[in-house]
Amino acid sequence: MTAVAAPETARAQQPPARRRPTRSTEERVWGTVRVLTIVFLVLITVMPFWYMIVLSLKPIQQVLLDPGRIWVTIGELTSGAYRAVFRSTDDGGQGFLVFLKSSAIVSVITTAVTLLAAVPGAYAVSRLRFAGRRLVSGLFLVVYLFPPMILAIPLFVLFTRLGLRGSLFGLALVYVAQTVPVAIFMLVNYFQTIPESLEEAGLMDGLTHLGVLRRISLPLAVPSVVATGLYVFMIAWNEFLFALLFLLERPDRWTVSLGLSRLSGSIEVPSTVLMAGSVVLTVPIVVLFFVAERRLVEGLTAGGEKG
Amino acid sequence: MAAVSEGRPPAQEQPPPSVRRRQSGLRRQESRTGRLLLSPTVLIVLAIVVLPIVWAISLAFQRARLLNIRRVGLVGNYTLDNFQRVLQSDGFWSTLWTTVVYTVGGTVGSIGLGLVAALALRRPFRGRGTVRAAMLLPYITPVVAATFVWTVALDPQAGIVNAWGTKFLGWDEAIPFLSTERGHLLGIPVPTALLVVIAFETWRYFPFAFLFLVARMQAIPADLDEAARVDGASIWQRFRNVVWPQLVPVITLLAVLRFIFTFNKFDDVYLLTGGGAGTEVVSVRVYDFLTARKDVGLAAAQALVLALVLVVLIVIYLRAQSRADKAAGR
Repeated sequence: MTAVAAPETARAQQPPARRRPTRSTEERVWGTVRVLTIVFLVLITVMPFWYMIVLSLKPIQQVLLDPGRIWVTIGELTSGAYRAVFRSTDDGGQGFLVFLKSSAIVSVITTAVTLLAAVPGAYAVSRLRFAGRRLVSGLFLVVYLFPPMILAIPLFVLFTRLGLRGSLFGLALVYVAQTVPVAIFMLVNYFQTIPESLEEAGLMDGLTHLGVLRRISLPLAVPSVVATGLYVFMIAWNEFLFALLFLLERPDRWTVSLGLSRLSGSIEVPSTVLMAGSVVLTVPIVVLFFVAERRLVEGLTAGGEKG
Repeated sequence: MAAVSEGRPPAQEQPPPSVRRRQSGLRRQESRTGRLLLSPTVLIVLAIVVLPIVWAISLAFQRARLLNIRRVGLVGNYTLDNFQRVLQSDGFWSTLWTTVVYTVGGTVGSIGLGLVAALALRRPFRGRGTVRAAMLLPYITPVVAATFVWTVALDPQAGIVNAWGTKFLGWDEAIPFLSTERGHLLGIPVPTALLVVIAFETWRYFPFAFLFLVARMQAIPADLDEAARVDGASIWQRFRNVVWPQLVPVITLLAVLRFIFTFNKFDDVYLLTGGGAGTEVVSVRVYDFLTARKDVGLAAAQALVLALVLVVLIVIYLRAQSRADKAAGR
């Protein structure tokens, strides 16, 4: 707060008339820096995706002939790479439809189970007084402090024994454990914004806590629950390490991330096909994200303002 | 959390005995409901995270290979053999050093760029909402797609970077960025591939820092900045004396979070270089021990060493930070 005091003395010393021109020069310099920075930031964030899309629509010969060209002419537009990506493996394609199905199954199971556990959990943490509340921060620490690698080893062994290795449900369970803490964190922030008087009224009317959660809090929190669900979906859809460890031997159950990563291993797959596959992997997530962007951002950073 | 106690009858008001009894019953019921509602979460995390970690620690002290894993239990013939082999193995120290360089580089880079972005987008302009949403693209993109774009763009034959570099920047020949361990920049030897991996980390995670910094900046009272402006403080002074002090706590938090996440990171390096060309970080090494050598005990011991080093580094950082805070009078 000393910051306020310093300019106070500056005002006393400097007459307003002299201040104006110097400041406008300074502002012009910083203004230019700012515009250049924004242009640079937009370039580095958007260009890679533009590049990805352009390459996926070109024939590979054109890419090799002129690798520096970042647009595509009408004449050379082709959907060949996409057809190669989606065609089933029996027809010499990459069979991405199967991958998409696996990814969708894993992500949907993960999202559903995570929300089923996290919604009541978050309600309990934000509204009920009981001894286990502090446990949650402990869980947080354990889940995110240890490298996922350390988990991978015993889970690999455990799932092999239980016959869950190679099963999409087993994989989803791992994702649930990884996402439940962050989901609770986001939901607690939302639940705390619901006026407590509403819930008190419900309790007065003879509802149990579960009843209050189901009839009052949950309906009010629907948008937040949806945003949290999307975030969890995104994590599950994007995940790579555990899919690699658990599904590698079952190509019929590969997720899109895993299937795509396996493409680069074979030399005969042209980069246009790699980029088409990348577009297929990325588009669902980007669409979901833009649907829920604002809520998602608020949920993730809530509490961040407090420092 | 303080909100929980609000709106309830204050304790001083002595309720009649019958009500008090009902209240303590309610309290017990509340506590039971709380535990019930949280139990699915606790069960899942115990089964899928805590138990495996305990098991991994136990495996690190046993002779365990994928072949004999069925016979290895939680309790067995404990030995320090694995740790000895980890510490003596080729490249242990160089891998650890690479991990530290990669982590520090990625953490500083992503927070730095995130700060620049948050400052540049601070004042409103037309289309700011769209630009802000675009900033998040690298973060939400699946890691496999993001690494592929980089791999293709950096390709010596068909990549755009080398095409532009040789065309516009006068490079003599294409540079295979991801497989060059030692390159030269203006005559200075540089670890090319490692720098690329750090650049990737910076690019992919600056949106994370950006989000937190933007949220914090929005919470800075506008009149504070306005007062400084009216008083003729320069833009730099306003940043240094008004904005920066408000950001320090959130940057400290970000530094810890990003350090932990980057230190444990596996997929980014694995997908970009496979751990080659001087980019082998510890988690990639653990993966190799596990899959190529099929040596579970060794992999677990290496992963434990990784976690231990992380904890030590975090403690050192937080100590230094709190000392700096005290010195600054915060």
